[in-house]
Amino acid sequence: MKALAARRHHPMALLVILLLALVATGGLYAAFQPRTAQAEAYTQEDVDAGKSLFLANCATCHGTNAEGLTDSDGNTLGPSLIGVGAAAVDFQVGTGRMPMENSGAQAMRKPAQMDDEQTRQLAAYVASLGPGPSVPEDEYLDTDQGDATKGGEIFRINCAMCHNAAGAGGALTRGKFAPTLEGVEAKHIYEAMETGPQNMPVFNDTNLSAEDKRDVVTYLHSLEETGSPGGLSLGSLGPVTEGLYAWTIILALLLGTATWLGAKAK
Amino acid sequence: MKLGAVGGDWLDERVGGGGLVKFFARKIFPDHWSFMFGEVALYSFVILLISGTFLTMFFDPSMTEVEYDGPYEALQGMHMSRAYESTLYISFEVKGGLLFRQMHHWAALVFMVAIFVHMFRVFFTGAFRKPRELNWLVGFSLMVLGMVAGFTGYSLPDDVLSGNGLRVVDGLMKAIPIVGTYISMLLFGGEFPGTHIIPRFFTMHILLVPAMILGLIAIHLVMLVAHKHAHYPGPGRTDRNVVGFPLFPVYTAKAGGFFFLVFGIITLVSATTAINAIWVYGPYDPSPVSAGSQPDWYMLWTDGGLRLIPGWEFTIFGYTVSLNILLPMVVYGGLLAFLALYPFIEAWVTGDDREHHVLDLPYNTPVRTGLGVAWISVYLILAMAATNDLIALKMHLSINDLTWLFRISIFVAPVLLFWITKRLCLSIQRQKRNLVLHGEETSRVVRTKTGDMLEIHEPLDEFERWVLVQHDDFRPLKAGNGVSALRAKATSFFFKDRIAPVSPAELREAMEHAHHEKHVIDEVTDGDYRIPAEKAMH
Repeated sequence: MKALAARRHHPMALLVILLLALVATGGLYAAFQPRTAQAEAYTQEDVDAGKSLFLANCATCHGTNAEGLTDSDGNTLGPSLIGVGAAAVDFQVGTGRMPMENSGAQAMRKPAQMDDEQTRQLAAYVASLGPGPSVPEDEYLDTDQGDATKGGEIFRINCAMCHNAAGAGGALTRGKFAPTLEGVEAKHIYEAMETGPQNMPVFNDTNLSAEDKRDVVTYLHSLEETGSPGGLSLGSLGPVTEGLYAWTIILALLLGTATWLGAKAK
Repeated sequence: MKLGAVGGDWLDERVGGGGLVKFFARKIFPDHWSFMFGEVALYSFVILLISGTFLTMFFDPSMTEVEYDGPYEALQGMHMSRAYESTLYISFEVKGGLLFRQMHHWAALVFMVAIFVHMFRVFFTGAFRKPRELNWLVGFSLMVLGMVAGFTGYSLPDDVLSGNGLRVVDGLMKAIPIVGTYISMLLFGGEFPGTHIIPRFFTMHILLVPAMILGLIAIHLVMLVAHKHAHYPGPGRTDRNVVGFPLFPVYTAKAGGFFFLVFGIITLVSATTAINAIWVYGPYDPSPVSAGSQPDWYMLWTDGGLRLIPGWEFTIFGYTVSLNILLPMVVYGGLLAFLALYPFIEAWVTGDDREHHVLDLPYNTPVRTGLGVAWISVYLILAMAATNDLIALKMHLSINDLTWLFRISIFVAPVLLFWITKRLCLSIQRQKRNLVLHGEETSRVVRTKTGDMLEIHEPLDEFERWVLVQHDDFRPLKAGNGVSALRAKATSFFFKDRIAPVSPAELREAMEHAHHEKHVIDEVTDGDYRIPAEKAMH
C-alpha cells in the first residue's frame, strides 16, 4: 500500500484512475442498463437464409446491404435497416406491412407474406447488421402478470390521442392514420411500442419499461375480454356513430311507426 | 244507470271540469304522419324524466376522490371522483342500471332528433306564420334548452370525454374579450376544472333546465290548443276550420299507443346498442385527449367551426384576441338568430297579416324552402367538419384535404343548394300547373282522321285539383307608396321568380280545349281507349 501511495504523484496515475473510473461506469451501466427484452438465439444458417430472403423481397427498396435507398430526387425509397433490430422486422413482416404492397401514405396491414420461420430468418439477418431491439420474451407478453389499471392509465395518456380510447384507431395528417388495435397480437403491440413503426413514436425501455409495456398489452387484452357490456359497440367510435345511429336506424323506426299510425286512420 | 256515469257525476259535482273534459274530447286534430314528431319529442322527454329519476337515486355528483374497488377490473385501484365511481356503480352493479343509463342517453339523442325533424316540418310548411310566431320562438327555446340539458348531462359522469367537452366550453368562454376569464372563473368556481362544476351542472341538469323545459312545453301545448292544429291543404280545409278526428277516442288511443311505441323503440335500442362507454374513456384527467373526441350529435356543429377556422389571433395591449374562436361563435349566433327570427323576417317581406291554418306545400314557397335547405347545409357541413378525423379514418382520406373541402363548401354549398332547391321548387310548380291544365298523361296516343297525333289526357278530379290551385301568390313590390327600397328588394328576392298560379279563366279555357280534344279522340276510338293488344285479350 505504501508503494502505491508513493506513486500517487506519478504522471500516469491520473490516467490509471480515469481508466478505472471508466471501467467502473461502463461495467455498472452494462449491469444496470434497461435491457431489451431478450436476445433470441439465431444461428448462422438463420442469418444466411434471411439474407437470401432479404435480397429477393426487400432489397429493391432497402438496398442490397439494407443500407437504405433514395431515388434520383433524393426521396427515400426505403430507410436503412441497420440497427432497427429483430423486433422491427418481426412487427413489419409479421403484420404483413412489409413487403409493402404499394407506396402510399403508410404501409397497410395485410395477410403476412412470410411465414413464421421466414420472418424469424429475416429478423435474424437484420439483427446481425447491428444491435437493436429484439423480439420480446414471452414473460413480457403474459397478460396474467400485467396490471390492466396501470396499463389503462398509460394507454389513455400516451396512446389514446392517436389510437382512440377504445383502441379503435384514429386519423393523422395527410391520409396517415393510427390503426385499430383490436385483434392485434400482444407481441406486435409490444414491438410497435418498442420500435415506433411508421408515424408512431418510439417507447423504448427508458421511457416505458418492459413491465409498463406489458401493462399496456394487458389493458388492451382486458378491453377485448370485456367487450361491449352495453350491446353493439358501433365501432367504439363515440358520439358521432351514436348520433348517426339516432338519425338513421332509430329515426327510420320512428318514421315507420308514425306513418303506420297515420295510415291506419284512412 | 251506468256505473261510469255515476262515477263521472260524482266527480264532476265535487271538482267540476266536466266541461273541460268534453271540450278536449271533442277537440279536432288533423291526421298526418309528419305531425307526429313533436309528439316523439314529448314522449322522449317523458322517458328522460322517468329514466333520469331512476339515475338520480344512484348517482352522486360529488368530486370527492375515491379509489375504485368495483367489479370493472381495468380500473381497480384507480383514483377517481365519486361522480365517476357512482356512474360505474350504476353501469356495473345496479340491476338494470346500464339499461337505464343507455335509455336516458338514447332518449336524449332521440329528443333532439325529434325536435329538429319537427322544426324542419314546421319551417318547410310555413306553420310558423301568424298566429304561431310566438310558438315557434317557444319551440326554438326548447331546442336550445335541449342542447343545454344534453350538454350538462354529458358532463356529469366526469369521464375524460366529458371533461374534454367542458374544456372546449371553458375555452369558448375565455375567448370572450374582457369578461371571458371572469365568466369562466364564475362558472367553474375558480380555475378549470376545479371541484365545483359537477355539483353545479347536476343542479342545472336535474332541476333548473328540466323545469324550464317542462314550463315551455306547457306553454307550447296550451298555444297549440289555442291556435288549433294547422292542416295540409285539401278539399274543405280552410284557414277557418280544422279537418280531422276528435281527441277522444281517436287520438287518445293513437297518442297513447304511440307513446308506448316510442318507449318500446328506445328501450329496444338501449337494450341492444351501447352508448357512452365511460369506463373506456377513464376518469377525468386534464392531460389525455383521445382520438375521436366529439360531443353528442346536436353539439357537433359548435365544434366544426373551431376545426375549420385557421389559427387567427392578434394581440392588443398585451391581450390576445382569439378570432379563431370568436368568429365561429359569431357564425353560430347568426345561424341561431336566423332560425329564431325567420317568421318575423318573412312576415315583414310578405306584409301578410292574415291568419294561416292551411299549411304551405314546400315547393310553393321556393325561396323559403331554399333558405331552409341552405341553413341545413351549413349546419351539416359544420357537423361533418367536427367529425373530420373519423371521416378521414374510415374513408381513407387526408384530413387536411377534408378540412379544405369543408372550408370551401361552407361558402359554396349553401348558395348552390339554395339555387338548386329554388329551381327544383319552381320546376315542380310548373309541372303541377301543367297537370291542372291538361290532366295526367296516359301515354296512349291517337291518330285522328287528319293525321294529327293526340295523347289522351286524364283530367284531375276536382279534389286533387283543389290542392294544386289553392296556394297564395305573392309578387315583388315596387319601392314607394310606403314600401321601402329595402323591402322592395327583399320582395324581389323572394318573389321575382314565380310561376303564376292557374287562373279560373285559364282553367276554363283548358277544360274547353280538353273537351274539344276528347270529342275528336272519341270520334276515332268510340270512347274505347284500350290499345289493340288489350282489346285482343277480351
